[in-house]
Amino acid sequence: MSVTLDANALRIDCDAEAQRIANALVAALQALRRRGLVVAMSGGVDSSVSAALAVKALGPDRVYGLLLPENDSNPASEHRARRVAEQLKMHFALEPIGAALEALGCYRRRDEAIRRLFPDYGLAWKCKIAIAGGGEGGINFFKLVVQSPQGTVHERRLPIREYLEIVAATSLKQRLRKVLEYYHADRLNFAVIGTPNRLEYDQGFFVKNGDGAADVKPIAHLYKTQVYALARHLGLPEEVCTAMPTTDTYSMVQSQDEFYFALRYDRMDAALWALNHGIAARTLAEYLGTDEAHASFIYDDIRRKRQATAYLHARPLLVEPVMEISDVPG
Amino acid sequence: MHDIKGEVRAFIAANFFIPDDAAGLKDGDSFLENHIVDSTGFLELISYLERSYGIHIEDQELVPENLDSLDNIDAFVRRKRA
Repeated sequence: MSVTLDANALRIDCDAEAQRIANALVAALQALRRRGLVVAMSGGVDSSVSAALAVKALGPDRVYGLLLPENDSNPASEHRARRVAEQLKMHFALEPIGAALEALGCYRRRDEAIRRLFPDYGLAWKCKIAIAGGGEGGINFFKLVVQSPQGTVHERRLPIREYLEIVAATSLKQRLRKVLEYYHADRLNFAVIGTPNRLEYDQGFFVKNGDGAADVKPIAHLYKTQVYALARHLGLPEEVCTAMPTTDTYSMVQSQDEFYFALRYDRMDAALWALNHGIAARTLAEYLGTDEAHASFIYDDIRRKRQATAYLHARPLLVEPVMEISDVPG
Repeated sequence: MHDIKGEVRAFIAANFFIPDDAAGLKDGDSFLENHIVDSTGFLELISYLERSYGIHIEDQELVPENLDSLDNIDAFVRRKRA
């Protein structure tokens, strides 16, 4: 493996990698004793590539796609997901979850927290959350950004209580999706695919027991750049191969780097790869065209997010091990 | 006159389940490097400081130099209240 940070650092043999993952998915089903795979399809590159790899491994009849839009989803996401499912000739279902989320109070709980900061916030308004601080050497904090029906944008730093309440309410979306994924998996005797890429998996960009819950995560070892490369290799629609990563969780358009990561995905990939390969901050700085101090801040931010999100990866803690029970099926 | 370091130390001990009343924590120790306070913990700490000392902390003041040790918090809060 190359240990030089350059344009080739993240290059992979797509054909060999796709085959390796397909083999791993078959092995996973053997170990889990399930007959196929359920994948929730957002229309983004990660879930599209995961679905394509599942079809490559098992054929279209043993992969079941789910399109699970809610009230804040961009209609273009559903359109892209449908195109991928149709191209892959896989079975899929459209199950809008907005009504169920309303019944759970997802939008009401979120909006009540928002109105404590912006009392005028109402139905025709839009919102998003943006991260700030960490990438510049400061302490990470979150801003709430709202847009009035007239288009005026306001933003305020989120106090702890409102931050936690808004995130808890919006996390109902990812958790409800997982409820439906496991419903269909149980009905079909299938296993559930989780679709995080390496950036998301490493930095804890997922909801515990929401999109973080799965039986197998076929692309968790791949940097986002590599997922895009696989998307092209697998012949996915152009609109998927060029789709920018968004959360598609808040009503205002929100890129992932704006919400969580310090940098755009390709630069974040380079930074994470460089940290993982012991590359000096000065070398990363040269590659990114920034100064050494900024590169050091980025490294620190990656390490801190790993620490802060260890809870998301943690299995339930036991008072003492139960030796007779293994984590690994088989 | 507030004993800012003592009060913040007690807040951290009570809220972040640090054993022994944060006894091992020296005034100059970094919360981040010693894994005492994570990013959510800082948000709690910021709310505590604003509420307890009647100050408003600006976004650009959310830096380790102001908040990442008992010494730094003590100096920062005193500057804000001056």
